[in-house]
Amino acid sequence: MTKPEASTVEKQLVKKPFKLFDFFYKYGTILTIALLILIFTWANPAFIDGNNLINILRSISIVTIIAIGVTISLSVNGFDLSVGSTASVANAVVISMFVWYSQNMFVAILVVLAAAILIGLINSLLIVKLRIPDMLTTLATMFIIQGIALTYTKGATVSENMVMPDGSYATGVISPLFVKMGQVPWIIVVMLVVVIVVHIFLTYTKHGRYMYIIGGNKEAARLSGIPVNKYKTIAYLLSAVLAAIGGMVLASRVMTAEINAGSPYLMDAVAAAFIGFSVLGAGKPNAFGTFVGAILIGILSNGLVMMSVPYYAMDIVKGAVLAFALGLTYYKQK
Amino acid sequence: MIQMNNISIHFPGVAALKNVSFLVEEGKAHALIGANGAGKSTLMKVLSGAYDHYSGEIYLHGEKVTIRTPKDAKQLGIQMVYQEVDTALIPSLSVGENIMLESMVHGMGKKQFIHWKSIHEKAAEILASLHVNIPTTKSISELTLAQKQMVLIARAVSDSCKCLILDEPTAPLSQTETEELFRLIGLLKKQGVAIIFISHRLPELFEICEEIMVMRNGESVMSEKVSETSPNQVVEKMLGKPLADQYPERSSSHGEHILEVKGLSDGNMIDHLDLHVKRGEILGLAGLVGAGKTEICKALFGEADTVSGEIFINGKKVKISSPYDAVRQGIVLIPEERRKEGLVVTESVSSNLSMSNLKKFSQMGGFLNFKHEKREAERMIEQLAIKTPSSETKVANLSGGNQQKVVIGKCIETDADIYIFDEPTKGVDVGAKREIFDLITALADQGKGVIYASSELTDILGMTDRLCVIYDGEIVKEMETKTTNEAEILFYSTGGK
Ligand SMILES: Nc1ncnc2c1ncn2[C@@H]1O[C@H](COP(=O)(O)OP(=O)(O)OP(=O)(O)O)[C@@H](O)[C@H]1O
Ligand SMILES: [Mg+2]
Repeated sequence: MTKPEASTVEKQLVKKPFKLFDFFYKYGTILTIALLILIFTWANPAFIDGNNLINILRSISIVTIIAIGVTISLSVNGFDLSVGSTASVANAVVISMFVWYSQNMFVAILVVLAAAILIGLINSLLIVKLRIPDMLTTLATMFIIQGIALTYTKGATVSENMVMPDGSYATGVISPLFVKMGQVPWIIVVMLVVVIVVHIFLTYTKHGRYMYIIGGNKEAARLSGIPVNKYKTIAYLLSAVLAAIGGMVLASRVMTAEINAGSPYLMDAVAAAFIGFSVLGAGKPNAFGTFVGAILIGILSNGLVMMSVPYYAMDIVKGAVLAFALGLTYYKQK
Repeated sequence: MIQMNNISIHFPGVAALKNVSFLVEEGKAHALIGANGAGKSTLMKVLSGAYDHYSGEIYLHGEKVTIRTPKDAKQLGIQMVYQEVDTALIPSLSVGENIMLESMVHGMGKKQFIHWKSIHEKAAEILASLHVNIPTTKSISELTLAQKQMVLIARAVSDSCKCLILDEPTAPLSQTETEELFRLIGLLKKQGVAIIFISHRLPELFEICEEIMVMRNGESVMSEKVSETSPNQVVEKMLGKPLADQYPERSSSHGEHILEVKGLSDGNMIDHLDLHVKRGEILGLAGLVGAGKTEICKALFGEADTVSGEIFINGKKVKISSPYDAVRQGIVLIPEERRKEGLVVTESVSSNLSMSNLKKFSQMGGFLNFKHEKREAERMIEQLAIKTPSSETKVANLSGGNQQKVVIGKCIETDADIYIFDEPTKGVDVGAKREIFDLITALADQGKGVIYASSELTDILGMTDRLCVIYDGEIVKEMETKTTNEAEILFYSTGGK
């Protein structure tokens, strides 16, 4: 029979018109990164310097960790907007544990994780039990948590030797081991571990698969006997815990707790997670893609600083390049 | 009137149409038939402007026309009612708005404000002319599948319509609704509208159509006047071989009670229902569309607001208050609205097939065994003859009938004791129907309990050992299948006593 031959010929014919689009969909983000590196290196050869590259990786660590949390919430078709505030709380709590209460590192981290789990539970309770849409719930809790962080620190910056309300000086010190976490290479190692572990969790375990199924069609997931609420809860717990880890890394890097220090990371994290959708053609939230998204954002910020773009104009360029990267990957030919 | 010449279209990995020509004549109904994935929907989507990357020409009244967008097609008076009704309706809007969507979008001209009263009046008028009784202010999300279908048809005829394409319109409809639809088709034919009718139910094609075209593997294999062919010839052309007996042999030895239900209520339609299934038995739930079969299936599966009653599995009392419990106790449900309730269309065929039984494919620590998953998926694809380029293809790219098969494959993949099938043959072609019947029979032969709910009486008669006739959420009659016939079931299912 000649049939099989005919069909292979057809296949080759079929492939051509689709290739270009597929290519851009898969590699758009990576191409943008390459393009940016070229432009920045051309503008300032110091950009490609090893030290600067490490610098970039260091600078994206916190965003990446928080963005990975957002990615997990997106995988169940949720959306955790409260991650920035959670990071602020973690930052404040961990520094205060050291400075105010002179606790050791173990206790400090444990308290932060407990707080994160509490936040995750509250989020999932509101979403799963009261059925408030994810984005609205976490929008509300974003404000609540931010307020709690502010109230907890009484609107002040927490740091070593700070003046306490009663006029005395805080006596606690931040554990040197904890401070190490915020320095190269450990800050990069923590980020890579988070990316790899979550990537394995989402891609290679049944739990990750369940989350994607829930994200793809909740109704079908439920009728297949998947405990949807349980996994949604897990997703929000993980998201809060990762945001808290991000907040602690931030704390160890700056060694203080400024007010709302975590909030600025929200938008970058969300952007990284969404850019990550299309990386290598995944078409859904995924840890590796999020990492690439964070790299894109990191390179952009770093390069713009090196090109001496004034800080007040930075967001314009940043937003434009993000739109370009997203356009490249989401543009669909009919 | 419309002449499609040498239409070809490719998708990644498949040539969905190969040089297909199709002639549509005024005031006639044209049947389009073929196995799942043969290319029927694709051909019609080309005609209605859903694709623009095809090759070939289309002529209207001898004049060449360009149809590359849905708007092109609509301007030429070509209207299509899609197979997946849910994708074409806006659930948050009212019935009236959905019917008048087109004129609200295109027919407004310079007007900026919507005149709500006239929208609803016009919509009501159209519904009335179709003899459909749905309030236009109702929201789409409250409608049954059949009603959604009617809304879509109403939308299609709301505009000047010269050619109406109906893609498997009768699949979700009840007998009376189908008759209504046929009456309407007759009416439209008299007005000179050309009808294209896709269906897997041969008898109805022979009832209302004048012309028939059979497709196989993206090619047209036969174009004929209906009066000059026969159902057998059509099936043979469609499958490439004559159809064997439609229903498998059944052995009649049954074991112990595997499922016993006492006083099942769902707080809504079902009130104190008793029923039992034995090992190796296929129990039919017969009844018209809307009789409450789906509700019974769902209540058994813990999928209702308030389920009460006692359920015994293998003589042991179990508590089932959610689908999660049900699956853990060994019950699976093959839901009726499969695209909505059974599939993750953005995922691959293989991950859909494995989704309700991931335990089987995971090792220690919950890590997935991808090789095993793929092997099983490929086995299932072959067994059910699912037409897909590979097990990695996204389900969204499969034809309607092949999506149905994936859901059925997924449920069979689950190791359970009791299988509940809700309209398992809806939208699948006659060849695949037999494959599905074989699989169901095989389950029963392994000693599982099977509940088979359907409004297709011939299938109920062919497949089941015992049947319960459902009317208004109640079992009105229980019979041994051998001792009854279609007329008797119909009598009870229309409320006869
Ligand atoms: N968007 C798409 N992308 C890739 N492949 C597609 C797409 N749409 C259809 N196909 C493929 O084209 C073929 C024909 O599909 P089509 O939907 O026309 O079948 P059909 O005859 O309507 O079948 P059914 O009776 O199951 O509805 C199938 O093999 C299907 O997988
Ligand atoms: Mg179809």
